[in-house]
Amino acid sequence: MIKKEMIAMLLAGGQGSRLGVLTSKVAKPAVAFGGKYRIIDFPLSNCINSGVDTVGVLTQYQPLRLNTHIGIGIPWDLDRNIGGVTVLPPYEKSNNSEWYTGTANAIYQNFDYMDSFNPDYVLILGGDHIYKMDYDVMLECHRAKNADVTIAVMPVPIEEAKRFGVMITDGDKRITDFEEKPENPRSNLASMGIYIFNWATLKEALLNNADLPNLDFGKHVIPYCHKKDASLYAYEFNGYWKDVGTLESYWEANMELIDIVPEFNLYEEYWKIYTKSEILPPQYIADNTWVEKCIIGEGTRVYGKVYNSVIGCGVTIGKDCIVRDSIIMNNVDIGAGCELYKAIVAENVVVGADVKLGIGDEVANETDPHIYSSGIVTIGEKSTVPAGVTVGKNTVIFGITDLSDYPDNLLPSGKSLIKAGGEV
Amino acid sequence: MRAIGIILAGGNNYRMRELSQKRAVCAMPIAGSYRSIDFALSNMSNSHIKKVAVFTQYNARSLNEHLSSSKWWDFGRKQGGLVVFTPAVTSENSFWYRGTADAIAQNLAFLKDSHEPYVVISSGDCIYKMDFNKVLEYHISHKADITVVCKDLEAEYNVDRYGILKMNEERRIEEFEEKPVIARTNTISCGIYVVRRRQLIEMIEKGAEEDRFDFVKDILIRYKGMKRIFGYKLKDYWSNIATVEDYFNTNMDFLKQETSDFFFRQYPDIYSKVDDLPPAKYNYGAHIKNSLISSGCIINGTVEDSVIFKKSFIGNNCYIKNSIILNDVYIGDNTHIENCIVESRDTIRANSYHKGEDGIKIVIEKNDRYVI
Repeated sequence: MIKKEMIAMLLAGGQGSRLGVLTSKVAKPAVAFGGKYRIIDFPLSNCINSGVDTVGVLTQYQPLRLNTHIGIGIPWDLDRNIGGVTVLPPYEKSNNSEWYTGTANAIYQNFDYMDSFNPDYVLILGGDHIYKMDYDVMLECHRAKNADVTIAVMPVPIEEAKRFGVMITDGDKRITDFEEKPENPRSNLASMGIYIFNWATLKEALLNNADLPNLDFGKHVIPYCHKKDASLYAYEFNGYWKDVGTLESYWEANMELIDIVPEFNLYEEYWKIYTKSEILPPQYIADNTWVEKCIIGEGTRVYGKVYNSVIGCGVTIGKDCIVRDSIIMNNVDIGAGCELYKAIVAENVVVGADVKLGIGDEVANETDPHIYSSGIVTIGEKSTVPAGVTVGKNTVIFGITDLSDYPDNLLPSGKSLIKAGGEV
Repeated sequence: MRAIGIILAGGNNYRMRELSQKRAVCAMPIAGSYRSIDFALSNMSNSHIKKVAVFTQYNARSLNEHLSSSKWWDFGRKQGGLVVFTPAVTSENSFWYRGTADAIAQNLAFLKDSHEPYVVISSGDCIYKMDFNKVLEYHISHKADITVVCKDLEAEYNVDRYGILKMNEERRIEEFEEKPVIARTNTISCGIYVVRRRQLIEMIEKGAEEDRFDFVKDILIRYKGMKRIFGYKLKDYWSNIATVEDYFNTNMDFLKQETSDFFFRQYPDIYSKVDDLPPAKYNYGAHIKNSLISSGCIINGTVEDSVIFKKSFIGNNCYIKNSIILNDVYIGDNTHIENCIVESRDTIRANSYHKGEDGIKIVIEKNDRYVI
């Protein structure tokens, strides 16, 4: 008989549109992070490190990269005879075929998957945060309180609490009330979107609400459980937990990794983060270079100068380049003599020689000022930037561009250059 | 591919000095993130050999750990796969492997139970990249009994520790001498052979009856007039790490773009066990010149013309020059290391000074590491 005490359901279907062109071809959980990782590596590694060996990954938006990354789960030791990792895309049914319309709807559509493991508890996770968390400790807490639902919460400054779902608890951490993005928050405990449900409770809630449109945990399932007098508890988490939902926070979280003793430390023996490594060889740092305060992935070759940056695997940084405060993802080729200031360069980009990125004044972006801000230059995957051009701040480039796209060899600050057919 | 693979990973080697105390030569770390057996294994995998046996006996702990899962080389298969044979006491035999041929003889069932018509034999301490399909094609088209992969070394290279061979114009091997006093050619055997499986079984069984245990001496040299033994010239990079100097130079070769391109950027890839290490980190004060740095390292000092293996820590104000730092070494502040090989998992205290004056110095300090 198949029996798993706790299984995890990882919601990885979202686009994450605030990451702009970084997610135009890949789902947000598949976006590269920290030189060699992808965002989904963090919750997946947390699962296996917590002893959760059965993980359903729900995909919907642009799943190819996620699928190839996860494979059969070898890097996370999630290749199991029973359980392991399973990618769960939406599928056609004899009646009522639909996409995943909400977080809880996606879980509901995979009811049979969960039921087949006969679990006691189901752990619901998101795929878009950087953190290390022992879900087993959370489960212990769940059991000790005899809870039906436990929600992981994080104390945040009260002025920021209005961006989150806020939990109001009593002295025993029992949730008495909750508010979604309140104007005047009554508590500073923000929901992290991590839930442990008793399977019986979740089953009942899903079946009774199946017909609600866009069934969502925060909006429907948790309120339903609360109304039914289920015992809801908060589990307070005080470690590092970083949302990487915007380009600015994504850039910041990457930069935090290169502090001398980073708050989020990848170098700890305990609680390793696993990822699929395709590139193994060491990195080569040539003569006449300077690398300072940065992390660099495998197989990268540096012939220029790199300061305060996060560089992925298989990257080439040409002679006399200056790379500063930038994030460069895997397999990027930066030509000789380039200067990069606060740039995010996605995978497989080719930048020609003597290109200057991030030069000039800060001007708000013309098309998406809320996405492309903070002076960051963003270049989408598989793009090409021709030699000799200068690019301003708050800009975005996506697709194969040539000199004719840059009048006077210049893309001024605040401009968006998005060419159709970014794919080769 | 219609062949099975055998990797001879047996031996100790006194010419590796203190480095072989810790591990078999085949498990020596190479080029920052590999071990020497990865090259033979990856070549076999990339040549679509489905079933590979590794024969090992000397200090195999490190090697066994490295081979604990065969999935990194894509040998985790239901059909075929990777097997490691160490000597075992059986009702017929209680000897260690007394030689390379004896190692095969003691595991003859592996050969007998296979159905592939050919066997590719490679030593595990060679650094090279080749497609065995090409050798096999050559073997078949020359109607050879045994094909020996060989290489012309440069004239000034001292070849007296290799097997030296001489071929006639149709590439048939006429002379074969093991470690000659005076070498008459500069064509050496690379320790890579292709042979028909039934032929090999026959020769090994014959040798075992006569208490002959060495594959080169008792098979290649003994049969060279009788059997059709051909040489296949390897033109690409090949290196054998039988001495400390060779080991050092082989690692330093990877600093050259040509070698690094050949192994790391050209198809097919070389695989190795994945260690789940974070990217290398460079703090203030790091100053690197012409060096290979592996993942998991944290660098605070100066590194020049060196190869730093995985997970090493180099303290503030250190100066590392022309050296190899093996895996998981901690080097305290203000340390000077020049012309050295620092043994893996070592801890070098702050303010140390090590310099190889004439030749390579092997640094082994068994200090305790202070864990905060």
